[in-house]
Amino acid sequence: MLVGRRGVVASAISSVVILGVIVAVFWLAPGGATVRYFFFNPHLMWQAFVGNPRKGLSSVGWGLVTNLWMFVVSEVLVLFFGLVIAWVRLSQSPVLYPFRVLATMYTDVFRGVPMLLVIFMVGFGLPELSIGFLSTQSPAVYGCTALTITYSAYVAEVYRAGVFSVPHGQLLAARSLGLTHTATMRRVILPQAVRTVIPPLLNDLISLQKDTALVSVLGVIEATRAAQIYGSTVFNFSGYTVAAILFLLLTIPMTRFTDHLVARDRTRRLAGV
Amino acid sequence: MEVVLELTDVVKRFGDNEVLSGVSLQLHRHEVVCLIGASGSGKSTLLRCANLLETIDAGSISLFGQSLEDERIDPDLVRRHIGMVFQSFNLFPHLSVLDNILIGPLHALKRRSGEARDDAMALLDRIGLRDRALDYPDRLSGGQQQRVAIVRSLAMRPSLLLLDEVTSALDPTLVGEVLDLLSDLAHQGTTMLIATHEMNFARDVAQQVVYLDAGVLVEQGTPDEIFTNPKHESTRNFLERVR
Repeated sequence: MLVGRRGVVASAISSVVILGVIVAVFWLAPGGATVRYFFFNPHLMWQAFVGNPRKGLSSVGWGLVTNLWMFVVSEVLVLFFGLVIAWVRLSQSPVLYPFRVLATMYTDVFRGVPMLLVIFMVGFGLPELSIGFLSTQSPAVYGCTALTITYSAYVAEVYRAGVFSVPHGQLLAARSLGLTHTATMRRVILPQAVRTVIPPLLNDLISLQKDTALVSVLGVIEATRAAQIYGSTVFNFSGYTVAAILFLLLTIPMTRFTDHLVARDRTRRLAGV
Repeated sequence: MEVVLELTDVVKRFGDNEVLSGVSLQLHRHEVVCLIGASGSGKSTLLRCANLLETIDAGSISLFGQSLEDERIDPDLVRRHIGMVFQSFNLFPHLSVLDNILIGPLHALKRRSGEARDDAMALLDRIGLRDRALDYPDRLSGGQQQRVAIVRSLAMRPSLLLLDEVTSALDPTLVGEVLDLLSDLAHQGTTMLIATHEMNFARDVAQQVVYLDAGVLVEQGTPDEIFTNPKHESTRNFLERVR
């Protein structure tokens, strides 16, 4: 064998040592037992996960379903509205000038205002307006609205950066063929921009997935809120650990997938393909 | 002979930098004009002004006697009559070779796809790349890519072809195949305005050679006049340096 085993042995040893140190710190710390009881109690973790309606205990597992559908709904809306905003900002027609200004203001404002404040404003503001169906929605719907508003601003900028990443020669070549601005965007620039944009886009979506937890401030009983209710009922935080694990189960596949795409893109570029 | 393109006292500035200082030029149907001059002499800018990728600051450009400064001119319609080929090919990497050629006829000219496809395949046949129609550009050599780019602009059936140093980015061994294709086009009477550093090629195919220096048209004449008996000091110097 030409492949040495020293590297494998060394990394195995260092992994075991480091893991051992971390476990030991938690195990041997003066308050280790307390922490284990309050955060990692297997029985209570299971109870928090499934919940118990008869005892008035919310289920963190069921709560996560709420996070999931809020994420899916906002994700679709964000990908759509982000594209619309980016399209407007990249437009050239003089007629669209006021819309360009509005779109620029929009991205400036909503990338600057904290997510939590937008959720408060939409969730408590819209009902106060008393205008028909706009003011009679459920808190979860307002939550999705707020998430969509903020994340569309981020995603619009990601799309725009993607468009700028396409070499200028592509635009020149397309316009030289007599393609209009719209046809050039649709058939030449955007298809190439989308490819470079997928990793940063997934990054924002991972973030969106976690931020669905913030909607709990409107009274929506999603995973973190259910964990909180469970915790204050039985005076134990193991529910939070369950919520954290569930969020990880959602986001880790997506982060791994994003990293995989980034690595593939890098290999391709290094190969000069 | 009918005048295809006419530039009159064209001035183009980028900020304080005057890139073209009053250039006048006529291009007749079936004529090949070669632009020579050092890098930065304004050759590329001149070509880009001719198909309205750049707007000019003074002077006028007309195509078939119609002024392009006219407010009612639609640049997209003008560009459908003028093909342009670039130094770096600029093929669309996400489209197959065939789709690269078809994009103009289908989405600018709105031709029917069956006919446009037949024409595109005929063009690929002509450059011997019919069997590469479904490949992506990155699978082709530089010379093949540039020939596809030339054919892509021919698919629009342009009245005039602008070529911007189309062999400068190529491996020396691949320059020949591209120049051969251009020579063929010249012999078939394609009207072309060619910015080039290939002096032998210019001597062979051009009816007129134009020497530009720092945005000024220094000298213009037949290849014989320019290459054998250049009148101006700067033309002589330039030709000696590239020889």
